Amino acid sequence: MRINISKNRTEGDFVGRVEKISGQNLLSCYQCGKCTAGCPIVSEMDLTPSQVIRYAQLGIDEDLMESKAIWLCASSFTCNVRCPKGVKIAEIFEALRLVLLRQRKDHLDINAIPKETLAELPPIALISSMRKFTS
Amino acid sequence: MKLNYYPGCTMKNHAKNFEDSAIGALKKLDIEVVEIPRWNCCGTVYSLATDDLMHHVAPIRNLLRVKEMEDTSDDVMTLCSMCYNTLKRSNERVKREPDSLKVINDLMYREDIKYEGDVGVFHLLEFLRDKFSFDAIEDKVVKPLDGLKVASYYGCTLLRPKEVGFDDEEDPTIMEDLVTALGAEAVDFPQRTECCGSYQTVNKPDVVAERTNTIVGSAQHEGADVIVVSCPLCAFNLDRRQKEAAKLNPDLKQTPILYFTQLMAIALGCEEDEVRLDLHHIDPNPMLGEKGLVG
Repeated sequence: MRINISKNRTEGDFVGRVEKISGQNLLSCYQCGKCTAGCPIVSEMDLTPSQVIRYAQLGIDEDLMESKAIWLCASSFTCNVRCPKGVKIAEIFEALRLVLLRQRKDHLDINAIPKETLAELPPIALISSMRKFTS
Repeated sequence: MKLNYYPGCTMKNHAKNFEDSAIGALKKLDIEVVEIPRWNCCGTVYSLATDDLMHHVAPIRNLLRVKEMEDTSDDVMTLCSMCYNTLKRSNERVKREPDSLKVINDLMYREDIKYEGDVGVFHLLEFLRDKFSFDAIEDKVVKPLDGLKVASYYGCTLLRPKEVGFDDEEDPTIMEDLVTALGAEAVDFPQRTECCGSYQTVNKPDVVAERTNTIVGSAQHEGADVIVVSCPLCAFNLDRRQKEAAKLNPDLKQTPILYFTQLMAIALGCEEDEVRLDLHHIDPNPMLGEKGLVG
């Protein structure tokens, strides 16, 4: 796979925006992969957590904005407590979701869920899902 | 002794068995639960963005309600792990960031008082260990859970992140210590602090079914009769999603999921209408009956 990297991207608006919303210095990550090793949902993801961080460092916004991984994160904080550099990976994932949600690009359409399913789900599931996946 | 209590959204419906069993069990320990007035949903998840103060209004407003209560302490107890995490983290954040607290108070300008970061948030497990003691609970047990093998499942929000976790985030013991005090045999299993998939259950039930298969299968492998939890979302996922998990793994045997407070209620001699074994997807009655603990 060929990835074009450039200063325009690494010092561009997207990287700055993700760092601002997440409160994280993306370059603190040295790509050890511990977040990926411990992630309970990684097997479902198209980009692993450490790849997501690497793409964010390089400002490759198109791939990140189209990735399934940012929406599969369950905010378990397993990565956060294990990162040897103290990077809050869950916060970076939240920032990536928010970049889309703040453009009203929702991930969840509550109207598309069948009524029987909605009736069965406890409020805690619906509220947390809407908080994470809708603007 | 009185304990201020914040229920949260699910405690009045799907997790009524959690609330009823907790109130019943605490009564046996001479602790009266006082529900805080006019509480609202905490939002269930702590907002992780630096610039999103609006989502801290809901949890902080609940802490204002605690301040408004008369003749009580300025502490509040939660049962739900997610409520605990959200209230506690928002509280820690406003204590750390006076400027953020000012903005949040400004957003709540019609409230009679201002929040000052001075309410203590704790989870029932933490209270029972630190303020009551598991030894004191053991002394009150009338029906020891002899022969019951219990796998304690912690999930995420009781233990992580470290600033709110009240036990070791990789190797906790608080629930095992409690069930041991109740006379049960604590079963160790490697998946006890792994995530169940949480809110993915809404639009990715298949992901949660896979997590459920791994977690329940792991507990079963270690011989557990039952899995105990402290989170209504973990409870729903591990209980309800076993149906889909069984399709992934035909060898998976149905394992009942109970709240830790239900085991307390049984061991402390509460009535059936407090133990509330009627709200489960997988009926725990046959297994508990076999062990001579109900019926």
